Amino acid sequence: MSRSEVSAPGEPMAAAPARGLFMVNVIGLGTITHKEIRRVLRIWIQTIVPPAITMTLYFIIFGSLIGSRIGEMDGVPYTTFIAPGLIMMAVIQNSFGNVVSSFFSSKLQQHLEEMLVSPLSVVTIVIGFVIGGVARGLLVAALVTVVAMFFTDLRVERPLVTISVIVLVAMVFSLAGLLNAIFAKNFDDISIIPTFVLAPLTYLGGVFFSISLLTPFWQNVALANPILYMVNAFRYGMLGASDIPLGIAFSIILAAFVLLFGLALALLHRGTGIRS
Amino acid sequence: MDALVLNGLTKVYGNGVAALKGIDLAVPEGDFCALLGPNGAGKTTAIGIITSLVNKTSGKVSVFGHDLDTEREAAKSCIGVVPQEVNLNMFENCVNTLVNQAGYYGVTRRVARRRAEKYLRLLHLWDKRKEITRTLSGGMKRRLMIARALVHEPRLLILDEPTAGVDIEIRRSMWALMREINAAGVTIILTTHYLEEAEHLCRNIAIIDEGTIIENDSMSNVIRKLQREAFVLSLQERVTEAPALDGYTVRVRNDREIEVEVEKGQGLNRLFAALSAQSLEVSSMRTKTNRLEELFIRLVEDRQAGHPQ
Repeated sequence: MSRSEVSAPGEPMAAAPARGLFMVNVIGLGTITHKEIRRVLRIWIQTIVPPAITMTLYFIIFGSLIGSRIGEMDGVPYTTFIAPGLIMMAVIQNSFGNVVSSFFSSKLQQHLEEMLVSPLSVVTIVIGFVIGGVARGLLVAALVTVVAMFFTDLRVERPLVTISVIVLVAMVFSLAGLLNAIFAKNFDDISIIPTFVLAPLTYLGGVFFSISLLTPFWQNVALANPILYMVNAFRYGMLGASDIPLGIAFSIILAAFVLLFGLALALLHRGTGIRS
Repeated sequence: MDALVLNGLTKVYGNGVAALKGIDLAVPEGDFCALLGPNGAGKTTAIGIITSLVNKTSGKVSVFGHDLDTEREAAKSCIGVVPQEVNLNMFENCVNTLVNQAGYYGVTRRVARRRAEKYLRLLHLWDKRKEITRTLSGGMKRRLMIARALVHEPRLLILDEPTAGVDIEIRRSMWALMREINAAGVTIILTTHYLEEAEHLCRNIAIIDEGTIIENDSMSNVIRKLQREAFVLSLQERVTEAPALDGYTVRVRNDREIEVEVEKGQGLNRLFAALSAQSLEVSSMRTKTNRLEELFIRLVEDRQAGHPQ
């Protein structure tokens, strides 16, 4: 422990001010992103494999076994019809689940304080966690797409729409997961939303059926479900068919993103759920 | 320049508890300052506010001239903190814990890896660099938290009971490290329950009780305020009753030990002369309790009895 091993003040130690706040946040964002993606890959048995297995089962049961008896829906084979919905369902569940569990465990173990005491802005912290959620969502989506290709002849009619919708939806549900984690005080709190809100909305959001099958009253009820717009916009991108006009779907997804992003920033800035 | 200035700092929690009642404190750059107080006195709340983990109710915090309200990021860049509770990512290894922390302060991964090696070696943790933090012992976790606080090389280091649960050997080496860091120009604020630690390390001291600073002075001045000190003397000869030593209060502890209270300014030469005159030879001598501990207890008791200093 010689004195030379400890740098004098003002030498390399003043890294943050010397670099400027923008660069500090750029490097900080890279660090959070690196950490979050490493986490997803490190626990792949929890993060990647289960959704791939679940979606394979959906394709086997609803696609091959039951779907062959249903025939066509919206002019395409039923297995092809459900493929975009199942991919979107995987994105929603995994983006949400990744951020809610990562942020909440950081809060519970208190190592979130590592970021909170640092000069990183709350914008950087939010974006860092969202990138982690999007990365897992897209990784699982890629796997589910590969699985789907074993069961149906998938094609992408409008790549730009497909990619922009899937990325936006992954961002929206990463932010939703972050908000859930901000308010959560125990493990029950992080399972209530996925179980009682997310799952019903997803299953009723047009993953397995076209809303044209519903009576006019239930069609109107279904239109209040934001996930319906996301699934249909994605289906439009892949198959070129949708129950919902694309413009309305994009507007709703963008509005949800802006609202949730603003809310997450405001809450973290105030210290809700993370500072006393 | 002052490393830290607190002006009228108050904190009232949601349940109505006033943890801080208007604290004023200035810690000069380069200082090694002890912040002492009983449990619940407000030390950790004060540190929480300085490190942005607790929202203040009112008052001002300035770190190296950067106001925490208006120049929050610049102020936070200057601070490294070792919290009282272990708050490591239990699923991360030691190297990554440090590299990530450095990244949050804008240190590139290439530089951060070098720094991680430097501080892991300094804290005797290099052999454990690939270990997951949850597998470390309590003392190792504390050392890792110190390394983590140093990795961005802060100008102000805040240590909230850093040696709690650490064995004596490691504690001594950590003291040496803290002295070196301070000698290199880093201002250190230390809270500890080991008053001996504060007396050994710190130049200045602030004692906080019930959210108010009740003493803030140099360590030497504070020690000087003690009116009397008790010494335990081990004797070569057996004693059955307290020897008569004019001007000193003497008590027999056992047949080989006596306890002598010495008033401030009395000196010890006359005591030894009186003992020699009675053919009592002293083989060793020690203070009965830590001096700072005595003062600390007296200040807190005086305050509770309504007799402020």
